[in-house]
Amino acid sequence: MALLETRGLTAFYGDFQALFGVDLDLAEGETMAVIGANGAGKTTLMRSIAGVIAQKPDMVRFDGENIGAMAPDDIMAAGIAMVPEGRKLFPSLSVEENLLMGAHRRKVDGPWRLETVYELFPILKERRHQPGTALSGGQQQMVSIGRALMSNPRVLLCDEISLGLAPVVIKDIYAAFPRIRETGASIVVVEQDIGQAMKVADRVHCMMEGRVTLSGRPDELSREAIHDAYFGAAA
Amino acid sequence: MIWVDTVLQGVLLGGLYALFALGLSLVFGIMRLVNLAHGDLIVLAAYLILMIVTLLGLGPFLAALIALPIMFALGWALQRVVLNRVLGTDILPPLLVTFGLSVVLQNALLEGFSADSRRIPAGWLETASLPIGPISVGVMPLLTFLSAIGVTLVLQFIFYRTSLGRAFRATSDDPVTASLMGVKPSSVFAQATGIAMVVVTIAALYLGTRANFDPTTGPARLIYAFEAVIIGGLGSLWGTLAGGIIIGVAQTGGAQINPEWQILAGHIAFLVVLLIRPRGLFPRAFD
Ligand SMILES: Nc1ncnc2c1ncn2[C@@H]1O[C@H](COP(=O)(O)OP(=O)(O)OP(=O)(O)O)[C@@H](O)[C@H]1O
Ligand SMILES: [Mg+2]
Repeated sequence: MALLETRGLTAFYGDFQALFGVDLDLAEGETMAVIGANGAGKTTLMRSIAGVIAQKPDMVRFDGENIGAMAPDDIMAAGIAMVPEGRKLFPSLSVEENLLMGAHRRKVDGPWRLETVYELFPILKERRHQPGTALSGGQQQMVSIGRALMSNPRVLLCDEISLGLAPVVIKDIYAAFPRIRETGASIVVVEQDIGQAMKVADRVHCMMEGRVTLSGRPDELSREAIHDAYFGAAA
Repeated sequence: MIWVDTVLQGVLLGGLYALFALGLSLVFGIMRLVNLAHGDLIVLAAYLILMIVTLLGLGPFLAALIALPIMFALGWALQRVVLNRVLGTDILPPLLVTFGLSVVLQNALLEGFSADSRRIPAGWLETASLPIGPISVGVMPLLTFLSAIGVTLVLQFIFYRTSLGRAFRATSDDPVTASLMGVKPSSVFAQATGIAMVVVTIAALYLGTRANFDPTTGPARLIYAFEAVIIGGLGSLWGTLAGGIIIGVAQTGGAQINPEWQILAGHIAFLVVLLIRPRGLFPRAFD
């Protein structure tokens, strides 16, 4: 049985429908990539799983429980942590306080605590007393990832962590993923940057206009198939 | 010498205004809510203390101690049952609701306690004074001022040294992201308003023992509180204390020149500070 499932997941912003019945399965320990162009519905999918957008209870299942209608803070307490799009550090908190916020509610023993997050991203330890927003974009992204890890989540949702970062910085950040995987967390990475996502993922799902248009293992998907699923066959 | 005395009395008076203002500042800083019933809640707490003093025959300080948890619970419930429902991106609904609450409180107090003005008896403390050099300082004003500093220190500690304070600041920055960290904004807000009501009770103790009050005393206290918060810079606790002191000194200074100018001088000081520093003395770096 999958650890996290979405079943017939739909989402609306007023009259506008952003998701049309999305079915996804994330197995324990698996890393899934969700790729798609601007406006494909990736963030909407992540926010629905995290509870920011309330859903029907059975549209999202986690560890055998219907969590679709649960509040975001309860979903986080259950073990799903989010690295939100745009990093979303708390500007009035220092780097270390931002990290501590990750463990505000869910305090479980596990591999991740301040020291191990600082081992993963040593630069953060040097800057721990600075305001989070004084850091470079890449370092802010490290704080956002570290903050989510602090709760020792069973599922880590990462929404476009490469957005707006230089390629060398993106490589640095993705270099942390093998370590995160080793600890047993299941991961969902949402990306427009297909290359990085394909490298870390066990499975890839391509989204277009609110639907999953292609799924498979990274090595079995051809460039053409991805291109079609990404932009539509006519493009 | 007379001016040293004037300034000192003004500083001490500022402590009272700071106590009026700190609860307002706390709530505004965390949830951007301007509570128009703040002054009436201070008056309500003063009546509560008065009732405990009269019914149980206790001293005002002990009575205030008993009133603290009651007012905390009231603030918590007020936030849970009423204010959380109207908080949102639109600032008008909370303003209207707290304005309505202000009217309701005044009328309820009028029903319950009549329009007669009252005072919490403080016995010998009312007139006690300490000589500091050639100047004599009232014990109650001094206690008020020390309480204001104490309250500021404690709130500052809660804000910057505890995990509750961290959640306060995070929620104030970005409630959605805070909820992704497991914070329930509605519960954080309820705790904040509870704490604000504790400060309100301390303010009520000094308001009620140092001057007469009646059910309509609240709105004027709200104005002083509001001015102190704005002078200090929205969301800054030390700024609020400074704001209270500035109004206090302006008032005693004005009164020294002409007794009729006391209130006016306070408001003028407020306007002058706003003209020079529209965002207050210690504004937050971001908002
Ligand atoms: N708050 C909102 N109100 C109205 N429409 C929205 C809102 N948020 C997103 N949408 C619309 O929903 C669709 C899906 O948006 P979503 O943000 O989920 O896409 P995305 O795949 O994350 O895109 P990006 O790669 O740009 O982040 C888009 O058409 C977008 O315009
Ligand atoms: Mg997005």
